[in-house]
Amino acid sequence: MAQAQDVIIKVEDLSNSFGDQKVHEHLSIEVHRGEILGVVGGSGTGKSVLMRSIIGLQHPESGSVEVFGEPMIDRDENEAKWVRKRWGVLFQGGALFSTLTVAENVQVPLREYYPELAPQLLDEIAAYKVAMSGLGIEAGPKYPSELSGGMRKRAGLARALALDPELLFLDEPTAGLDPIGAANFDTLIKELKETLGLTVFLITHDLDTLYAICDRVAVLADRKVVAVGTIPELLALDHPWITEYFKGPRGRAAADAADREDAAHVEARG
Amino acid sequence: MSGPQITMDAGDQAVLKLGGDLTLAHAVDLQNQIASLPAAPKMLDLAGVERIDTVGAWLVHCLARDNDARIQGASDEAERLIEQVSVADEPVKIRPDRTPPFLRVLGEVGDATMQAGRTLLGLLGFFGAVVVASWHLMRNPRRFRINAVVSQFEAVGVTALAIVGLMSFLIGIVIGQQGAVQLRQFGAEVFTINLIGRITLRELGVLMTAIMVAGRSGSAFAAQIGSMKLAEEVDAMRIIGVSPMEALVMPRVIAAVFLMPLLGFYSSLVAIVGGGIFCWISLDIPPITFIQRIREVVPVTDMWVGLLKAPVFGLIIAMAGCFQGMLVEGNAEDVGRRTTASVVQAIFLVIVLDAFFAVFFTSIGWD
Repeated sequence: MAQAQDVIIKVEDLSNSFGDQKVHEHLSIEVHRGEILGVVGGSGTGKSVLMRSIIGLQHPESGSVEVFGEPMIDRDENEAKWVRKRWGVLFQGGALFSTLTVAENVQVPLREYYPELAPQLLDEIAAYKVAMSGLGIEAGPKYPSELSGGMRKRAGLARALALDPELLFLDEPTAGLDPIGAANFDTLIKELKETLGLTVFLITHDLDTLYAICDRVAVLADRKVVAVGTIPELLALDHPWITEYFKGPRGRAAADAADREDAAHVEARG
Repeated sequence: MSGPQITMDAGDQAVLKLGGDLTLAHAVDLQNQIASLPAAPKMLDLAGVERIDTVGAWLVHCLARDNDARIQGASDEAERLIEQVSVADEPVKIRPDRTPPFLRVLGEVGDATMQAGRTLLGLLGFFGAVVVASWHLMRNPRRFRINAVVSQFEAVGVTALAIVGLMSFLIGIVIGQQGAVQLRQFGAEVFTINLIGRITLRELGVLMTAIMVAGRSGSAFAAQIGSMKLAEEVDAMRIIGVSPMEALVMPRVIAAVFLMPLLGFYSSLVAIVGGGIFCWISLDIPPITFIQRIREVVPVTDMWVGLLKAPVFGLIIAMAGCFQGMLVEGNAEDVGRRTTASVVQAIFLVIVLDAFFAVFFTSIGWD
């Protein structure tokens, strides 16, 4: 993945705390164009807080955040808006607007930024985005309360992709999905990344997702990013948490599964 | 960044050359240009395209689909995107089918009626369950949860003293002031005292307190039990063998039933004090005279009217709150809906019963 190192997200010296509890201390991280960066860390290490700091929902105590080369902290709301429309965010529970149907949810960002679009084109765009996210055609007119957890996440993804973003933030996209649904979601993200040329910032606990789709993995521990790299690079490090994470029983199982998958691909091609 | 440019080759081939940015930001422009084409293109040439996203790809796909045209000269990226959107070209509906307005109104009226009936029936059933639980508690007093009851006493009663007091004080002043203005026309300002004393003890003290308690505590009951229901705490209790009726509902019912009379009486007293202060300042009636007049004109039955109604109101408020809380199912949205319903129900039933009580007490001669 040694492409031209075009930096999309640059976080430097970020510190966050809630009351006495320090979540981040002088944390730095970079995300490059066209990669899927997986962010892992134990519960309470501030993965979601990091994402919220980058997208501007959490005001950090100190540090700088740049997205697409634009400083994001203390940015004027009107200017930030034009950066924001270049990214899409999938929240953990989907965060769909409950009074709108799935298709209308997809139309919300389109209506907000491009009010001049004709209603028919809006409907068409919403329709193909819904189909692209792997939701069946019957899902369009449904309300979020009528959907299962997995479908809600797909609908949230459809809305995140509404503006054809260059950058996608995913907060635990496979949490709470059954293994089949989770694997399908992984494939979907990888496909979308390849066809749409997305850069993906992905928070996850799911080892299978890490092995299956992430180009690089950043490990959050001790209030900062302790390591960034491909999984083999991380394994070469001698950090206790990383070792336990990837070499524990679940880590080994996921690695074996990834190996088998690769072998199957090679066989199929050969 | 350049807008989309499209040019039609006038030859027999009908080649449409597309160029520039085919993106969401230029979608309207592109659509207009496509709409004003003189003839249907047979071939789409994408060689001049600088940037394309799924919206551009979609418009190109639609153009090709509708005119049966072929696409040439597309870059890898454009080809991938067009392929992707053509796979996703499915008849997805945007909104649910709408029923005709007349039928919808009819349906909603029917649903609301059924819902009201079912709620009333459910509330009656819940009352039965409360009676059964009280009977069990009386036979096994050791199952009585004294700690829970005490903490509910605090939540329903002690913490309500300030707000109920302030509200009653102001209501006393308002009654005094409005009464004085009207009675002055007949030179009967002194009857303001009768008005203040009787109306607060008989009606307003308890009624306003009931409304306040319904808003403060009834809603809290529904929200607390509702969120416990969501977190499966109630189910866990049942599995362990703890009866939610005894652990959750009874302490709240007991607290409301015992505290409503106390709060109501307190409210009446504070309202009388408020009225008295108004009479002193505004009508020059000294407090001694005011108290003496109150003792003369307010029969003791007025106090009993208020005190007898209060526990019934308390029971209704606690039951409506706990009942709605127990009905919570599914998601957090339901907690909000049930909480609102509990307050509306409690206040509605309190006022309906108050009307019955008014007629009843008058007919037995307590007027």
